[in-house]
Amino acid sequence: MFLVSLTVFVLIQLPPGDFVTSWAAQAAAAGEEVTPAMMEEMRRRFGLDQPLIVQYFAWIGGVVRGDFGYSFEWNAPVVTLLGERMGLTLVVTVSTLILSWCIALPVGIYSAVRRYSLLDYSFTFIAFVSLAVPGFLIALILMYMSVKMFNADVTGLFSPEYANAPWSWGRVKDLLAHMWIPVIILGTEASASLIRIMRANLIDQLHMPYVVTARAKGLTETKLLLKYPVRIALNPFVSTLGWTVPRLVSGAVIVSIVLNMPIAGPMLMQSLLSQDIYLSGAFLLLLCLMTVIGTLLSDILLVVLDPRIRVQ
Amino acid sequence: MADNVNTNSRGAGDVILDVRNLKTHFGDDDKAVRAVDDISFKLQRGKTLCIVGESGSGKSVTARSILQIVDYPGKIYGGEILYWGDQQVKSGQPLDLAQLHPRSKQIRSIRGHEIAMIFQEPMTSLSPIHTIGSQISEAILLHQNVDKEEARARSIELLRRVEIPNPAVAIDKYTFEYSGGMRQRAMIAMALACNPKILIADEPTTALDVTTQAEILALIKELQQAYGMSVLFITHDMGVVAEIADEIGVMKNGKMLEFGPAEQIFYTAQHDYTKELIDSVRKLETSARKARKSTITDKKLLEVRNVSKIYPSRKSFLGKASDPFKALDNVSLDLYEGENLGIVGESGSGKTTMGNCLIRVLEPTSGEILFKKSNGNISDLAKAGKSELRQVHREIRMVFQDPFASLNPRMTIGQIVGEPLLVSGLASGKELRERVGKLLETVGIPSAAMERYPHAFSGGQRQRIGIARSLALNPRLIIADEATSALDVTLRSQVLDLMLDLQEKLGLSYILISHDIGVIRYFCDRVAVMYKGQIVETGEAGLICSTPEHPYTKALISAVPGTHPRDKRIVNRHRYVADAAPGKAVA
Repeated sequence: MFLVSLTVFVLIQLPPGDFVTSWAAQAAAAGEEVTPAMMEEMRRRFGLDQPLIVQYFAWIGGVVRGDFGYSFEWNAPVVTLLGERMGLTLVVTVSTLILSWCIALPVGIYSAVRRYSLLDYSFTFIAFVSLAVPGFLIALILMYMSVKMFNADVTGLFSPEYANAPWSWGRVKDLLAHMWIPVIILGTEASASLIRIMRANLIDQLHMPYVVTARAKGLTETKLLLKYPVRIALNPFVSTLGWTVPRLVSGAVIVSIVLNMPIAGPMLMQSLLSQDIYLSGAFLLLLCLMTVIGTLLSDILLVVLDPRIRVQ
Repeated sequence: MADNVNTNSRGAGDVILDVRNLKTHFGDDDKAVRAVDDISFKLQRGKTLCIVGESGSGKSVTARSILQIVDYPGKIYGGEILYWGDQQVKSGQPLDLAQLHPRSKQIRSIRGHEIAMIFQEPMTSLSPIHTIGSQISEAILLHQNVDKEEARARSIELLRRVEIPNPAVAIDKYTFEYSGGMRQRAMIAMALACNPKILIADEPTTALDVTTQAEILALIKELQQAYGMSVLFITHDMGVVAEIADEIGVMKNGKMLEFGPAEQIFYTAQHDYTKELIDSVRKLETSARKARKSTITDKKLLEVRNVSKIYPSRKSFLGKASDPFKALDNVSLDLYEGENLGIVGESGSGKTTMGNCLIRVLEPTSGEILFKKSNGNISDLAKAGKSELRQVHREIRMVFQDPFASLNPRMTIGQIVGEPLLVSGLASGKELRERVGKLLETVGIPSAAMERYPHAFSGGQRQRIGIARSLALNPRLIIADEATSALDVTLRSQVLDLMLDLQEKLGLSYILISHDIGVIRYFCDRVAVMYKGQIVETGEAGLICSTPEHPYTKALISAVPGTHPRDKRIVNRHRYVADAAPGKAVA
């Protein structure tokens, strides 16, 4: 994690200029006058005039104590900003994950077992289309349709009256009512590739001799299918878990901007654009942490699922 | 037809399975592959029927048709499979398995319960991620009304029955923690779980070492008697057939050529193909070297002195160090010019490591490999530098086991055979073509075939191509690593004969690495027997194969199936005790 934090810090420092220059550029664009003296003053106040290594240790020292610094742009501590967003991100991500698995597993199994059937071809077609069509386009279409057909505004994750309200049952219900659209959009995208993975894995397993052995024992086809080939085909599937979480966060940026969702993606992008280093640094750190945790989780799951790995 | 009615009205008699005009095709239309094409046979109660044939003869599909587990698009197209189980005998009506739907409840209650099956590949035929115990008790729970505890207890008992050491512990192990022979035993235990009336064994010993094969065959025989099972045994190995068969069916191209009692088939075979099969095995019982003029000289070509190959101990993640593994332990050998030396041993005995050390694919840890080059100088291959090795590699060539994997599918056979010449810059252009053409003709392949790709050739032809490639640089020594193991028996002796012809013509010496005693006896002048990285015995091939000295060699030789149904060799085989304590080398 130390190396990761170092890399993150160097990465966010890489673009030319700093927050002050991009702030000044924005201010200038808005017609305000920004003098070099003002910029120097701001830099000194934010500590941006210090050498990089000092900045890094100041930052990482805070991180270790749980202080992720202060967002220049939002004028708020990074922790509070992150808290809400990351929580919602997790909710969206996990539900997307569940949805995509719920779609991908049965469809993948069906496609593999009834290979080259009409339905398999249709699933394959749909999967390729949803892989090829960018998520934000689907988002736009869905938004258009829901406005046209149900006269409902589906952007954001909350209705205006709940947007800044404290948590309550009403707010949760509101969240659920809004969440299905982004979850479906993100879920179809993710499940499209998972279907292909599942189908290919399972086809490899279906004709393995151990399947024939089990059949010769007198198992019913369904039980046989679920107990042997599907179980083994799940292993590579589980290892995809590790990179699903960060992909949903970073990959969903465009979709969540289109849908105006208060999750991590859009804020990460905004903070990168405005070179709000502490905010973006904290985001990137969290993302890396999630990747590490995701991979760890999938590894642990794999060990549980596959005895071959356990022994090695 | 009259006969048909007759047997039905008479009841089952001694027949437990009566297959009539069975047809199993892959595909529906005219282009369908007729894997099993109108065959009939009868399996007697309590007896062993062997169906023998070469790869692609339809024998496996026949076995699978009985249980209706033929892979899609295979389907039973016609015929009857009349089963006379206890119930059927009582009612006087046989059950026609061919009429049942492959997914019906009825056929499922037959599978694993009345008729059980074991398969060739004990590694892949068991699920890698379920414990052995769960796979055995699954069969018990499916067909018998017992609870999990009881099923587990029975599984342990079954494992004990098939002589798995420490069954109470072994039951919770996974497939990959078992050795090949143990896996096959577990497989048998699984098949026996519900006391089946018929055991179908589809090449159950093909993937095993010869001593393990003998153990498994003896076990099946013993269990057959104990349980009163009928056995349908599918194999390509006439030797195995001679050991166990009461009756034999010979299959080729989906047809049953001949069917009858074992002795009748072995001694008075009607069909030419059957005779050819039996002859090709019997041929390997004698030495081909006696019939030919000896090419042996007293000039030493290769002298191997105290070569060891030790894989150092490795520390695992948790810091547990494994013992260093001695793949070759102080091995010494001599090879004379014009001589055929056999290296025989089971898998893991180090015989392939030996071959690889000789051509320095692997680096020997210590010892000397003295090779006399064509210019008379002696070179120590164990220490030779790169340029020296390149020279030597022209004189020592290899032929590999798998004729399918060892030829690049994207190169024409002309390119494949010519590659060594091209790489060493000895020939190119027109001259190269001419030489390649000649090489192909030497091994009996028309030079016009040069432009074709390997897939156009059969296994035997591919192995010839491999030999042609090894001859390209006029070598003096050819190391053949299991060069005939992947071939059907009838091809095996052809390829060996070709190699002997070439020896007379070109003055070659051979080192033949094999697990097949028959091949060694046929081909070699001298044999070195390897066991756990050591050479336990060296001597004249004839002597080693008839009167071996070392107990391991005795066990090995006595485990080789004979070719006469009357002398059941395996039942009287010599068992080598060191097997029980793996890791301990023979003193």
